[in-house]
Amino acid sequence: MTDRPVTGGPADTEPGVERGFPATATVPEGDVLMPDPGTEPDPAPPETAGATFTQRGDRIFRGLATGSGVFIVALIGAVGVFLLIQAIPSVLADKDNFLLGRNFDTGDPANLRFGILDLLLVTVEVSVFALIIAMPIGLGIALFLTQYAPRRLAKPFGYLVDLLAAVPSIIFGLWGILVLAPVIEPFAQWLQAHLGWIPVFAPGNSGIAGATVFTAGIVLAVMILPIITSITREVFERTPRTLIEAALALGATKWEVVQTTVLPFGRSGYVSASMLGLGRALGETIALTVILAGVQSAFSGSLFDGGATFASKIALAFAELNNNLSAGAYIAAGLVLFVLTFAVNAFARALVARSGAKA
Amino acid sequence: MSASIDLHEPAVGPTFTGISGTRKAKNGLATVLVTLAFLIAVIPLVWVLYTVISQGLIVVLRPGWWTQSLNGLLGRQIGGGAYHAIYGTLAQGLIAGIIATPLGIMVAIYLVEYGAKTRLARATTFMVDILTGVPSIVAALFIYAVWIAIFGLDRSAFAVSLALVLLMVPVVVRSSEEMLRIVPDDLREASYALGVPKWKTIMRVVIPTALSGMLTGVALALARIMGETAPVLILVAYAPFINFNIFDGNMASLPLMMAVERSNPTQAGADRIWGAAITLILIITVFQLIAAVLSRVTAPKTK
Repeated sequence: MTDRPVTGGPADTEPGVERGFPATATVPEGDVLMPDPGTEPDPAPPETAGATFTQRGDRIFRGLATGSGVFIVALIGAVGVFLLIQAIPSVLADKDNFLLGRNFDTGDPANLRFGILDLLLVTVEVSVFALIIAMPIGLGIALFLTQYAPRRLAKPFGYLVDLLAAVPSIIFGLWGILVLAPVIEPFAQWLQAHLGWIPVFAPGNSGIAGATVFTAGIVLAVMILPIITSITREVFERTPRTLIEAALALGATKWEVVQTTVLPFGRSGYVSASMLGLGRALGETIALTVILAGVQSAFSGSLFDGGATFASKIALAFAELNNNLSAGAYIAAGLVLFVLTFAVNAFARALVARSGAKA
Repeated sequence: MSASIDLHEPAVGPTFTGISGTRKAKNGLATVLVTLAFLIAVIPLVWVLYTVISQGLIVVLRPGWWTQSLNGLLGRQIGGGAYHAIYGTLAQGLIAGIIATPLGIMVAIYLVEYGAKTRLARATTFMVDILTGVPSIVAALFIYAVWIAIFGLDRSAFAVSLALVLLMVPVVVRSSEEMLRIVPDDLREASYALGVPKWKTIMRVVIPTALSGMLTGVALALARIMGETAPVLILVAYAPFINFNIFDGNMASLPLMMAVERSNPTQAGADRIWGAAITLILIITVFQLIAAVLSRVTAPKTK
């Protein structure tokens, strides 16, 4: 643990005189939205004699705090490194092409044949499909809660949407396959019959009715809705009052106010919120494990195919694994998922930071 | 006569012209669509809750649901309870909470009190953001890779707790950080002026002021991790009986019980699934209520 961070004040502190002078000067407190790391007191007190207990106490405490920070940074690195360590032997032993192979056969550790192409395709298709459904609805909800809903009701309504995030994903999964799937099945049939010539709506290979990417995507859309809504809402709420009032003064209708002030102001926040939702969708495990039917044939790209995502594949198979080489194959898939979500999230966070700086 | 009417006509047109039909229509359409979007989001919420309650309520009202396990019962035998799974869920969640809370709070203290604008602080903030987005299955795989594949230890409930720590820490850090930031600097300065060292100021002044908000964050984080299924699926095996030992043996938990009973096609299986679902929702609701009460009772003293 390096307890030697770059900050001004060294750890040695005394029950001394002028502590805290430099503390406040900068920024007024209470700014919760934008974490501004300029607020903390960091006095550099003059060293006086004695008071070794205080010195030690401060040093230990600072060491603990800094160590925790270092630990978090190291943790993410460790996740990548340890997954890599476990994955490499299996990928080297892989008799198939890891990136382009389409089957995932790990039954015999001496003869591993696995590739992630199908997993990647299903993961991306189901997540993007969920995003396409959730993005416009999420935008609508955010607008409704910030601009349209009566002031007094906006808060409880917002709480209602947040409640969606509190329902455990396995319950969403069970609801999706047992309750929702039979209800939307006629619609799915209709799509396949009438729009089947479009590859995405082609009749699929899922043997079980409803156990398709289609159902999974809809359930996933419901699950990422609260994520998209909550961040978008936050950004929309920060639209400068003056802009809105100026638009109103020019005689704009409500929709025109939204169009000319709220949307341009919150666009990047909305996009990054959607990316965070995408990150969540890519990694969602149990709901998809429950919904998607395992199939033998390769993924055709149709919404009505079964299949497995990275996460659901791992979850399905992992409980039975008992040797490190087979497990490594799934860990390799998990590593790809980690890299994928890392990239999406990092991109989204960078966008959030930018939109925040503008606000 | 007509001349006098001319006199009454305004010399210039009215300042405010009416809103044209298309603009009105667009405005109305937007209002309808936006309201509709909200209603669409409420449908699945109500539907899911209705499903869970209508299927599960009878089950949890049976005597024994809260006090018995499924020990010795066959798959098709109706009866028994979720006592073992409730214990598992609470134990795994609380152990994770015991580890994640101090860690998360220390990270938040570092970020707010010590880190300033250092590169390490910025890296930490970024990594906390990334950790928020790490899929639960990846967290579970990581623990598997370290705990089971490298250390050679058995699958156990404690491994689950470790994976849950990974998922809980970022939530605790975020909420604690926000709470620490709204502690007024005046308090810190007053304490410094009295000659109190920094660490004691943090322990005795800053943390007590921010405590209620921090506890709320912890309760919410607990509610979140207790519903996680991926870690329990990978890191511990299901047991239909009670096991109090965190470090050894199989242990049930409510999400795991639902996942396992999925392969039970009988009515008893369906009962157990929905019973466990409503129990899980109840537990999560209780923790959220605790969070709400905590935040209300000990509202921030800074306002």
